[in-house]
Amino acid sequence: MSLRVGIDIGSTTIKAVVINEHNEMLYKTYLRHKSSITTSLINLLKDIQNTFNGKKMFFNFTGSASMFLAEGIKRQFTQEVISATEALENEGGKFDVCIELGGEDAKIIFFSGNNIEQRMNGTCAGGTGAFIDQMATLLDVDSAEVNELAKNYKKIYPIASRCGVFAKSDIQPLLNQGATHEDIAISIYQAIVNQTIAGLSQGRKIKGRVAFLGGPLTFASELRKRFIEFLDLEDVFIPEHGEVFVAFGAALVANETESTIEELIDCVIKYDKIDRRNQKKTLKPLFETKKHFSDFVERHDQAKVEQVDISNYEGNAYLGIDAGSTTTKLVLINENKEILYSFYSHNKGNPVDMVKTALYEIYNLTKDKITIKSAFSTGYGEQLIKNAFNLDDGEVETICHYKAAKHFLPEVEFIIDIGGQDMKCFKVENGVITTIILNEACSSGCGSFIETFSTSLGHTIEDFAALALESDKPVDLGSRCTVFMNSGVKQAQAEGASPSDISAGLAYSVVKNALYKVIRAVDVKAEFGEKIIVQGGTFYNNGILRAFEQEIGTEVIRPNIAGLMGAFGAALVAMEKQKEESTILDIEGLNNFTYKTNSAVCRKCSNYCALTINIFNGKKFISGNRCDKGAGIVSDRHKLPNLYLYKYDKITSYISNKDKLYKAKIGIPLVLNMYENIPFWFTFFDALGYEIVYSNRSSKTIYELGQETIPSDTICYPAKLVHGHIENLLKKDIDFLFYPNIPYNFIEKDHRDNEYNCPIVAFYPEVIGANMDNVDLNTYLDPYVSLNRIDRFIKNIQDSINAKMNFTKKELRQAYKLAIKAYKDFRDDVLEEGKRALQYGINNNKNIILLAGRPYHIDPEINHGIPKLLQSLGIVVISADSVNTYADQKEVNVLNQWTYHTRLYDSAKFISKIDNANLIQLVSFGCGLDAITTDEVKSILEENNKLYTQIKIDEVNNLGTVNIRVRSLLSTMKGVE
Amino acid sequence: MAKLIYEGTRVIFTKEMKKEYKILIPSMAPYHFDFFIDILESEGYQAEILQNHNFDLINEGMKYSHNDICVPAMLVIGQFIDAIKSGGYDVRKIAVMISQTGGGCRASNYLSLIRKAFIKAGYEYIPIVSFNSVGLESNPGFNISNRMIFKLTNSLIYGDILMQIVNEVIPYEVNKGETMAVYKEMHNLLAKSVSYNDLRAWLMPKRLVDKVVKRFSEIEVDRTVIKPKVGVVGEIYVKYSPLGNNDLEQVLRDEGCEVITPSIFDFFLYTFDSTVHDIKKYGGSKLIMFSNYITVEFVERRKKIVAKIIDKYGFIKPLPYRELKKLAKGFIGYGTHVGEGWLLTAEMIHLIHNKVPNIVCTQPFGCLPNHIAGKGMIKRIKDNFPESNIVTIDYDTSATEINQLNRIRLMIANAKKNMK
Repeated sequence: MSLRVGIDIGSTTIKAVVINEHNEMLYKTYLRHKSSITTSLINLLKDIQNTFNGKKMFFNFTGSASMFLAEGIKRQFTQEVISATEALENEGGKFDVCIELGGEDAKIIFFSGNNIEQRMNGTCAGGTGAFIDQMATLLDVDSAEVNELAKNYKKIYPIASRCGVFAKSDIQPLLNQGATHEDIAISIYQAIVNQTIAGLSQGRKIKGRVAFLGGPLTFASELRKRFIEFLDLEDVFIPEHGEVFVAFGAALVANETESTIEELIDCVIKYDKIDRRNQKKTLKPLFETKKHFSDFVERHDQAKVEQVDISNYEGNAYLGIDAGSTTTKLVLINENKEILYSFYSHNKGNPVDMVKTALYEIYNLTKDKITIKSAFSTGYGEQLIKNAFNLDDGEVETICHYKAAKHFLPEVEFIIDIGGQDMKCFKVENGVITTIILNEACSSGCGSFIETFSTSLGHTIEDFAALALESDKPVDLGSRCTVFMNSGVKQAQAEGASPSDISAGLAYSVVKNALYKVIRAVDVKAEFGEKIIVQGGTFYNNGILRAFEQEIGTEVIRPNIAGLMGAFGAALVAMEKQKEESTILDIEGLNNFTYKTNSAVCRKCSNYCALTINIFNGKKFISGNRCDKGAGIVSDRHKLPNLYLYKYDKITSYISNKDKLYKAKIGIPLVLNMYENIPFWFTFFDALGYEIVYSNRSSKTIYELGQETIPSDTICYPAKLVHGHIENLLKKDIDFLFYPNIPYNFIEKDHRDNEYNCPIVAFYPEVIGANMDNVDLNTYLDPYVSLNRIDRFIKNIQDSINAKMNFTKKELRQAYKLAIKAYKDFRDDVLEEGKRALQYGINNNKNIILLAGRPYHIDPEINHGIPKLLQSLGIVVISADSVNTYADQKEVNVLNQWTYHTRLYDSAKFISKIDNANLIQLVSFGCGLDAITTDEVKSILEENNKLYTQIKIDEVNNLGTVNIRVRSLLSTMKGVE
Repeated sequence: MAKLIYEGTRVIFTKEMKKEYKILIPSMAPYHFDFFIDILESEGYQAEILQNHNFDLINEGMKYSHNDICVPAMLVIGQFIDAIKSGGYDVRKIAVMISQTGGGCRASNYLSLIRKAFIKAGYEYIPIVSFNSVGLESNPGFNISNRMIFKLTNSLIYGDILMQIVNEVIPYEVNKGETMAVYKEMHNLLAKSVSYNDLRAWLMPKRLVDKVVKRFSEIEVDRTVIKPKVGVVGEIYVKYSPLGNNDLEQVLRDEGCEVITPSIFDFFLYTFDSTVHDIKKYGGSKLIMFSNYITVEFVERRKKIVAKIIDKYGFIKPLPYRELKKLAKGFIGYGTHVGEGWLLTAEMIHLIHNKVPNIVCTQPFGCLPNHIAGKGMIKRIKDNFPESNIVTIDYDTSATEINQLNRIRLMIANAKKNMK
């Protein structure tokens, strides 16, 4: 029998194995292909040739990146999960589950009896290996070092596990808050564990004998350990040659295409020469001619701020520090607003150290000739840096950017800033920022993605950016988010796109993401004006700059300090707001500077904020807190009216009477529709003699209880949480579990088109019944009911749950009447409190925010404590359902057929007419309906000259961006006045 | 030149426009939609199904719609705008048409989204005609007459016949291209039959259908090659539209499979039937309930006639709607009828019953109803039918073909393995 060869080409690596007729491995190799698949393959084949020259062999390809190639060279191909299954079956012994993590895809195989079930990750959860690489870059280490770091952890932080982009959004602020690299490393692994379980187990238990495959699980011992500990595994199998295991599986079933290696190499060489690019996905080049390019460069060289030699300067100076999400920037300017000194560096996970280094450098250069009169910080780490180095003050970053932009173009109308993590856009009218657009979580990380991506290809960011300019066929990589772009790159690589086409394609992707997802303007010129400044480190990339100009069809200005604009602006603010003397640590202070961090959990309320306690020279600075209590500050802000807190307390106050004798216990999960209907159901069942037992208050722990039974990983977080609440209830002493399907909501207004609940709120009980094995369907009550009409309601109940409960019609009628009254009382009470809050806000001249969302957004695990955060900023918080009766928004451009939307539009109309008030819309990721409502709410506000602000929330717990958003909004609320 | 008459921001499609304007219709289900042109023309309209399928139209869709909206909306908007911009039409003499269901899924807002996009793109003067059966937005220049409903009923049945039989024959045809040639010929025959305005418009031409099915049965086939059968279910747009699903039917065929795509007609019965269900359960107009019930019963009769003929020539006999409905019992409640709802679950079970356990469940990225009736039901189906081999594929403007194909191939590899 001939030798058999299995070749596994994944998204980042290429693996090959040669075996003989006894299935013995004669040869194996594993290497990173760095995006040039065919070249790597040819080299690899030549290496095999050296050992096995002239022999005929069976070749079998496996792995996603070899799919098109195998087809093109007419060789056998086996899907990689099948190959893995083959290899495992060859191992003998029984397996129950196999988990394989690769660079792009995650897979799970359940073996039970004769039936093997295989699954791959959904679209969102792509790029596990790529994710580890990206995070490693963030920590300034390589993937292997992440594993070393993880060995010495003390604490695991909760990190969003929906996708790499969200996880990164959680990690960035942790870094800035000073969390240790060890703790972050382990938290990254934990996020991968959660993602794998939530995305792939879908109701099946990962237990018994479990095999671990793929690069990350083979090389990272601590990642394996996380899986083992978290899933409580006892019997784990790690194959001897785990990294080439799948290739081995392919070799085992290689039996179709036989040839010599020479022949195969010839085929690959020929294949490499064919243009196999998917023509329909090609974009136009960035530059048509050389002249275009030189004109472009010349034009952009003109936007300059002068730099003067610091050693020749004597006098006053002003310092601005921009502690951004990935980079730290410092700018020192003289009285003429010229730059004396600038500093730009990666945080390397520790902005405090960076600033310290830079300050030393400044003090060494300035000696005694220069006096720093004033120093301001801005950006993500504004508070941290201000406290660490005793700066004079901080300023919100939008203002700093505007100040800087104005310096280059006094009549600037539109500023777009693309940084490593965030995008920010401001529209300026009459010298006031009137519109602020910030990206939401999905669009974050575009800038740093290009950088880490170029590193993974072995290029510097500068080289990689330069490549884009040469591309004649940029490849379309999509624009949804970096996870999708990464997957687009993998496809492009498989189709043989050159690095320059990929670089140019990424430039277009980042720009399109900014234009069509963040700014959402078809014609930027018409909507925002022609005086445009582009800035942020990402715009140093000429490819992106050019793609931006191409897409919007006009020329823009990019300052030569595009990446320093925040710091420059902070320096300008420092100059404006200077006092007699700066409080900044002097050289002596710096010498004595000590810095220590501890982590802790705040237990002053049930938000359980994860605090990072920074100790600077014995002075405590606490970050991660939502309210003043966490920071140890005593204030009376917690007394400000807050409908979210009020409603949550109210909803959870419907408690069965301990002294009453009940017939049985009914469990009700604190989820979705229940946040509206508990007053009804509690009263209804109480009247019929049933005790109500609720699930516990939501938390990450509750979520994790149920995450393995979630069938759809792209569904919203509020729905995912239902699974945990059900598990929680099942552990309690209950006789029935009650969770009804309610397609039609209450009818509140005549101008509506219908009164639906969204499909998820309406029908999630079906998903629970079908996916959670622990739910006993005999005691699970999930009737379809409408609460609107008593006769129908009684019939619905009689037709469904009555078989188990035997109520008489009369009993039901009475209970319904009491229940509907209780519900109406609840609504009246909320409206009353809304009135009180409004009055309080107006009388005491407080800012009022209508935090618009769905009823279930009062769950603190869903809103992440944002209501509290607003309260701590001195804001009165009201909800849509506390003021929706005061206005009717009849002119809606979409179907007004969901009750909660009707509330949203009506209350938006009401609030838009009140001074000192505005609206922030909470949008859960994955809420398809909010793709419709957000535009409507925005136009209602804009008609009345109010700024629209949206906060997208998910499992992700990053309050940093929320903070910036809210502070930006507040600053313009002042501005509008 | 027809005058523009506005109602709010909406341009009304007037009677003059009926004479002067051409109505553009997005391409959704190729087997079915082509008949619409014949019907509309026979009723005195000028109409055209859009044929632009180039990649650029996706960019237009992304530009003019909220990017978190589902991909069908983006593609329909993109197809319209691309056609208007570069289709060579007299933009002052075109209207567009879109169907509207009015259900609890966001898709019921397509019309509003198209209108918003048109305003954004500067085409607010182009009338948008809503095609619906629930009385949303009426236009004096466009009314769905009873005669038209009868023609449409027939055309949907014809589309189903053609779709089913082409799919059954083409993988096994001996002479490459013969099936499609017959398809064209038969399509033209049937198209003529929906163009009559006399008594024939009201009837179901049994003999013609017999002739058509017979003709397909005469195509020379070789069924000795065993091919895995793969069913395609899911959200209505991405299930049927090659533009929406990266030409899934062809991809599966190229991978050596026989494709089975469930009936569109059942979907329309299901929407009528859902109204009956809700009025019965939650209250409402008895008249509407009754008329919808009658519609379902009446139309079912036509389907039964056709089913018999299909069966006669050895093709898979379509299951009556009521029978199909029974299959969902115990799996999901009939109250879940948003989007494809329980029908989607029922279709998967029907496929498995018919020895087609290999299924691609398609949905736009983030499709709300499919979280429940699609992905949400797969575990229960799997528990009841261990042989089921279902893969769910999300479609999106940014999703990559390679990822989709890789998952489809895993499903096919298992299908082939299970055949052995």
